[in-house]
Amino acid sequence: MRSLRKFVLAALISAAPLAACDRTAEHAKANASAKVGGPFQLVDQNGRAVTEKDLLGKPTAIFFGFTFCPEVCPTTLTEMTGWLRDLGPDADKLNVVFVSVDPERDTPEQLKLYLSNFDHRIRGLTGTTAQTDAAAKAYRVYHRKVPIEGGEYTVDHSSAVYLFDAKGQFVEPIGYGSPPERGLAQLKALLKG
Amino acid sequence: MKTLFLPILAIGALAGAAQAAPPVRVAAKVAVEGAWCRAAPKGAPAGGCYLTLTAVAADQLVSVETPAAARAEIHTMSMDGGVMRMRKLSEGLALPAGQAVALKPGAEHLMVIGPKIDLVAGASVPLTLRFKFAPPVAINVPVKAVGGK
Ligand SMILES: [Cu+2]
Repeated sequence: MRSLRKFVLAALISAAPLAACDRTAEHAKANASAKVGGPFQLVDQNGRAVTEKDLLGKPTAIFFGFTFCPEVCPTTLTEMTGWLRDLGPDADKLNVVFVSVDPERDTPEQLKLYLSNFDHRIRGLTGTTAQTDAAAKAYRVYHRKVPIEGGEYTVDHSSAVYLFDAKGQFVEPIGYGSPPERGLAQLKALLKG
Repeated sequence: MKTLFLPILAIGALAGAAQAAPPVRVAAKVAVEGAWCRAAPKGAPAGGCYLTLTAVAADQLVSVETPAAARAEIHTMSMDGGVMRMRKLSEGLALPAGQAVALKPGAEHLMVIGPKIDLVAGASVPLTLRFKFAPPVAINVPVKAVGGK
């Protein structure tokens, strides 16, 4: 049952880039292997270097987004803040990571200011465009920069929260828009291991 | 709110009856209901506002202005296969005659870019909505927190 669920989830995740256009052969190859997660080199909102190894030893909830986002990202961060509060002391046993897919605008300083609105345990990661691109690729997160006429741009991106166990193995996503109680139950299950 | 445009129709009818001036077609005002802006985190470079528009005759929301931000745009957003996409509606938003068009979370919204005020609950955002035919509508939109701690 568990392996079936994993298969369905992997299929769901690979469906996201599939649904998007501009799917290159390289992406297709990446989709063939169902592995989610991998090496990254980023900096947090305090300018400290962070790699995937820093997340080992605790389960992790990781999601990708950007601060120039009127709805999905603040909603996810607000929900996450509520979940961490509801988890009580157990929340300290979790890594919660928000990775920017818009490093040009999301400097560590910008992430620090933005994340000051939410639970202080949420770490914001950014880097160079090459570094955040590599992280998104490792986590199989679809993202694409799209210019808005008049100079600005937006970033299309996958919006789920991905859950990993303490060994860095992908467990399951929390889908955007799923009932908040369900997300909380998923985090509780993740902490139980 | 539906009655908003009635006085204008009445004025139009009076003017028509009096035959005083050459016939000028004054489009009826677009009704605006349930406007609100989403409270944005401190440091957020943009925020979203939502409302429902009902035009008497077929019209189009063509632009939005606000002194409370660098600019405001008409956007659409979609979630497809878990991917969030946002686009500017450069043609504006069509308003079919008599039909309520809701700008709402997860879909069309007014994007307030580069806010000059804190988009916190209790604040308000002055917006001027401009239409292809109907006269502009100026509203003061309350900021509301969503979800919350
Ligand atoms: Cu927008």
